[in-house]
Amino acid sequence: MNSSLMQSVVDYIQSYLSSNQTPGVAGNWFWATVYVLLVFAGVSVGVICMNWLERKILAHMQVRLGPMRVGPHGLLQPIADALKLLLKEDIIPAEADALVFWIAPFIVDLAAFTVFIVVPFGPAHAVTDMNIGILFMLGVSSLSVLGIVTAGWASNSHYPLIGALRSSAQMVSYEVAMGLAVVSAIMMTSLSAEGGTLSMIGIVQRQQEQQVWFVFKFFPLGLVAFAIFAIAMIAETNRAPFDLPEAESELTAGFHTEYSGFRWSLFFLAEYAAMMAVSSIAVTLWLGGWLRPFPSALHGAIWDQIFSLFPGLTFLFLGGLCFFNAARMPKHPFFKIQTMGLAGFGAALGLIGLVLFVSGVRERVQDIFWFSAKVAAFMYLYIWYRGTFPRYRFDQLMKVGWKVLLPTGLALLILTAVVAMRTELWAQLEGAWRP
Amino acid sequence: MAAMNPLVANPPVATPFFFYLLAGIMVVGGILVITRKNAVHSAIALITALLAQAGLYLMLYAPFVAGVQIILYAGGIMVLFLFVIMLISIERTIKERQFNKQWLVGIVAAAALGGLFISVYTKGKSLFPEGHALYPEAQNTQAIGALLFDSRTGTYMFAFEIASLLLLVAIIGAVVMAKKRI
Repeated sequence: MNSSLMQSVVDYIQSYLSSNQTPGVAGNWFWATVYVLLVFAGVSVGVICMNWLERKILAHMQVRLGPMRVGPHGLLQPIADALKLLLKEDIIPAEADALVFWIAPFIVDLAAFTVFIVVPFGPAHAVTDMNIGILFMLGVSSLSVLGIVTAGWASNSHYPLIGALRSSAQMVSYEVAMGLAVVSAIMMTSLSAEGGTLSMIGIVQRQQEQQVWFVFKFFPLGLVAFAIFAIAMIAETNRAPFDLPEAESELTAGFHTEYSGFRWSLFFLAEYAAMMAVSSIAVTLWLGGWLRPFPSALHGAIWDQIFSLFPGLTFLFLGGLCFFNAARMPKHPFFKIQTMGLAGFGAALGLIGLVLFVSGVRERVQDIFWFSAKVAAFMYLYIWYRGTFPRYRFDQLMKVGWKVLLPTGLALLILTAVVAMRTELWAQLEGAWRP
Repeated sequence: MAAMNPLVANPPVATPFFFYLLAGIMVVGGILVITRKNAVHSAIALITALLAQAGLYLMLYAPFVAGVQIILYAGGIMVLFLFVIMLISIERTIKERQFNKQWLVGIVAAAALGGLFISVYTKGKSLFPEGHALYPEAQNTQAIGALLFDSRTGTYMFAFEIASLLLLVAIIGAVVMAKKRI
């Protein structure tokens, strides 16, 4: 009895592995939970990496060193920060609306993390695939503004209120341009034989069928749509140069001025998770999602083999970098533990890299790798923008949103439709011309 | 025939438990909207009710409508609501009387609506055609698109365009009222 129960549980768990579907579509509760936990852990690790990378890269852009003290090259700084934030006193201002003040960070976090259930890391590597995938992502990520607005209001203080007002005006404005760019990409999916789709996995599969990433389709129409989205998504996530809701030189810290400790760290987590979420929308819609680069120029089994080595090589490279820097550490006995730690970290990365070369793992992992690599490129761009561009004035921001991006988006939509239906249009015109 | 019916093909979501859960959230949210003195609390309760409504649409195998509900109502309109509410001073709204004295009209309206609900509930089966989700969930969006825009099956094209014209009129009206000099 007991062994048959065990057997059925094992069968249930194994039945998913051969299905080649997302666990949500296959209806497998066990793997859906595993995927949710994996995605949550992955995004959190990504946020930790971003915390360190942002400080380091910004520092190097400004010819500084950045964090150097906690761990070798400040590698343990994010962990130290997280500990500090957890131990810090959590202050709720006396005149604040305590309940709303308490809920607001959770709304932001829920919105930022929920969208990841439809992010397609691979044809079978997503929690689920929805018929309304992209709509779901846009809708749920737009809910995060509610958290920001209520946070600013509940603080019962002037700077947060102004930050919240700015944030709501900004997000509502840029959502329109963002939506138009997305619609133009979705229009391109309808050119496949199977018809259009809103499903995130479906959109990438249409790009595979049409043999082109949508950023290059109908050049330059796809590129312009991508550019509109890339600008609007920065405004949507309140990042520099559009970080007016938290402009520190004007509003101290904007909507989260009154937040401290754990609750503030929830806002931090949500900001970076939202950045990854919108980046993955951009990657899915325009940059071919999990598809590897140069699929048509460098095609064939040999090139497939070579490109499947990339995940392992990346980890080996990172591990080698760690060893290189461990060798360059000061030879003073004070740095002995740090040097050993860095070498150990490098060894762990190298080991992961070696595991990724195993042929079974290699096939399963490469789509996740390419997707994450493309998202990582966007995350680097975010840091780069922050290091490069001065902050916009609010009226300039509104002008860009309503007077530049929106008309461009509308024109783009019409042009995409015309170019997509050009043969039908031409046939109709010819038919009308001929008597 | 049973194999064609999507409700039989994928039954697990539309259970009575979820219906009562979502309906309960909606009713509680609706009551909170009118009883809270603080307008922001009312708005948050309204958002909860609207999200539960999106859940009900999902249960009816209409994911597109659910998604649009979240984007437009919870994400768009409620943000503008909050935008306006935040500019009102709370101290004043708390002192203000919440319900007006038109209870006679209120009772008549409530009785009429209640009577309508009871009559629909008692003879609902004869009033409406039996509920069948015509399209499985996976084709819902495509089916809506075909009903709106397809040259053969697009029966609602005109109504859709007229409704969008109404919105345009509202936008122009808002601009004219807000800006004296254009």
